[in-house]
Amino acid sequence: MTTLKTFKRGGVHPAENKISANQPIVVLDPPKQAFIPLNQNLGAPAIPLIKKGDEVKVGQLIAKGEAFISSNVHSSVSGKVLKIDAVIDTSGYKKMAVVINVEGDEWEPSIDRSETIKRDFSFTQKEIIDKIKEMGIVGLGGATFPSHVKLMIPDGKKPEVLLINGVECEPYLTSDHQLMMSNGEEALIGTSILMKGLGVKKAYIGIENNKPDAISYLKELAEGFKGIKVVPLKVKYPQGGEKQLIKAVTGREVPSGKLPIEVGAVVNNVGTAFAVYQAIQKNKPLVERVVTVTGKSVAKPSNFLARIGTPISILIDNAGGVPEDTGKIISGGPMMGKALLSLETPVVKGTSGILIMNKQETHRVEMLPCIRCGRCVSVCPMGLEPILLSQLSRLQMWEDVEKQKVMDCIECGSCQYTCPSGRPLLDYIRVGKNKVGQIIRNRGKK
Amino acid sequence: MLTVSGSPHVHGDDSVKKIMYGVVYAMVPAILVSIYFFGLDALWVLLTASVSCIFFEWLVQKFIIKGPVTINDGSALVAGILLAFNVPANIPIWIIIVGSFVTIVVAKMSFGGLGKNPFNPALVGRIFLLISFPVQMTTWPLPKPLYGGTAVMDAVTGPTPLGILKEGVKMGKTVPELMPEMPGYVNELMGFQGGCIGEISAIALILGAFYMLVRRIITWHTPTAYLLTFFAFTGILHLIDPTQYADPFFHLVTGGLMLGVFFMATDMVSTPITYRGMLVFGVGAGLLTAIIRIWGAYPEGVAFAILIMNAFTPLINRAFKPKRFGEKVVQA
Repeated sequence: MTTLKTFKRGGVHPAENKISANQPIVVLDPPKQAFIPLNQNLGAPAIPLIKKGDEVKVGQLIAKGEAFISSNVHSSVSGKVLKIDAVIDTSGYKKMAVVINVEGDEWEPSIDRSETIKRDFSFTQKEIIDKIKEMGIVGLGGATFPSHVKLMIPDGKKPEVLLINGVECEPYLTSDHQLMMSNGEEALIGTSILMKGLGVKKAYIGIENNKPDAISYLKELAEGFKGIKVVPLKVKYPQGGEKQLIKAVTGREVPSGKLPIEVGAVVNNVGTAFAVYQAIQKNKPLVERVVTVTGKSVAKPSNFLARIGTPISILIDNAGGVPEDTGKIISGGPMMGKALLSLETPVVKGTSGILIMNKQETHRVEMLPCIRCGRCVSVCPMGLEPILLSQLSRLQMWEDVEKQKVMDCIECGSCQYTCPSGRPLLDYIRVGKNKVGQIIRNRGKK
Repeated sequence: MLTVSGSPHVHGDDSVKKIMYGVVYAMVPAILVSIYFFGLDALWVLLTASVSCIFFEWLVQKFIIKGPVTINDGSALVAGILLAFNVPANIPIWIIIVGSFVTIVVAKMSFGGLGKNPFNPALVGRIFLLISFPVQMTTWPLPKPLYGGTAVMDAVTGPTPLGILKEGVKMGKTVPELMPEMPGYVNELMGFQGGCIGEISAIALILGAFYMLVRRIITWHTPTAYLLTFFAFTGILHLIDPTQYADPFFHLVTGGLMLGVFFMATDMVSTPITYRGMLVFGVGAGLLTAIIRIWGAYPEGVAFAILIMNAFTPLINRAFKPKRFGEKVVQA
């Protein structure tokens, strides 16, 4: 038996609860009204190109990402623009979104909607990057970093290897799993395209070992692709963290405060690879994505292919409705997801799942004094001291917070998950991280 | 109404209570051995210490701090049992009550209670008693022999193997001359030797330690560093002069070493939080224990060694940080 690869230090193993693992993807109809936020990416919001009353088709560009780190937004439905208004998004804040009254389902004619898999491509590196930018592709793992920016390698750096993240280490979530099972080949073609876009010869697809079907399926498919290898990984959270994945697969450690390219690596989510395939081969912008709807009290845990802008209430209805004992609704997984304020929050490019927790699960454990057991330190995958960071943040000793490398924190939540005293470590650390981030930015301005 | 809070939204379900009662379960073998060898005397001391520790904690929380009463978190119980482990079975009951007072009120609650005490409370209690009541604290009842026999427990007292060694060497005898006066390694390992209630049986303590390791209440770092350092140090001295220095195996199975290594040096509150720090703590405690045992005024050095290292804990935490991810720049 060979030992599975993984990252070296820290990590936890929360109950996996992948209850929707074997549910094939169900395609949802477009909603009656779509709410398409202008900022669905990390970075600057896109600038709207349409106005009230305009008729739009599916796939039509409705907002342009003008800033360097920004991304185009396309209409995911056809119909008439009702207004551009503030709606509550995943962050809990009101953000500008295009509200469209849906009429029919008319797509831009340039989009190839056939099921046939298109394998050959002959684009240049620049064409690939431009197309990815045009089609509004962002990282679909949740961070939503604009994908074309990732492909633009800064001077002096040389990418050597592409890593495709099919780890899905968050408990409950199964959208990447099902995507790999149903669109594995397309994802591999997308991977090849990304390899060309980067100019690298090697790509590794990291998948946690709790998805043996996806591992064997992609392994089989990968034999037909040059330079792509599937790497089964140990089930350990946060295996899918960018730096942890790089460490696990290549053995390299991204230096503190640096990007993966520093060690010659670029990481993309497997969903992103599929979106890239669609963008390049099918001319299809990012207008829909796979979303897991799950939870212990959910009647029909499911994986849906939903249009961007669909209110999550519609997804939940399709999974059997909002359970009686609902306590918390989370966008994403239980470790890093965001608790939602409203059922009308729209699905965005970064929505990987909707997790419904019942009242009992929502209950936070009682907070006791720290007993200095050091478990938060031993599980921190970044080698930080969560207890120290949280104490320093509470005391507002920002200089020390910075010195103790708060900016390295990936907010994976392992510390808080493991704390026997039930202390809200990550809550405090986030405060410190925000504050130190501000201080660093202000320093840059001077 | 939806609950909104920051991630993570799930918890690993471990708790202070589970950890503390886990330690209590781990002490059960040693408790049983002590009752076997010392009879009801040991049981009374154990009960008195546990009850009075819990009582003092309740008293302070209820009437002085006037805050929430948390006596059922198990920490006072652990301190009580550990204190009882650190005294002879024939100690007068009122002394153990005084010891419990020092343990809980002075060493724990006065610093702010659970998680705040810089020193291991039970060890502070033990040292307080050792200095205040040296006669009662160093008069050990002889345990009932391992196989049959009926020793009169209250009447017969005797020295511990370490006491025999210390006194003997002081009087000019050599170690090989002293060895016949000892109970022998197997007896010492099982618990048939003079000593405090909880420290006599290395095997029972190791059993409990194994349980704590499996349940991840303790990690291997401190005990391993402690034992290896101690073994190496006493071993080297033994190799240099076997007539003056007892061999390391003798040192391992006698005195409070196993109790200290597995139950006191692994106390979460008063020891370092990083693995590196734990290793340093273990090395320091191992060295100090050996030095005190061999050259100190007392025959036994475990309690002093651990308390001294407790004092260094904040410094160790400061000096020995975990290895940060990406600390060493890897050339791509």
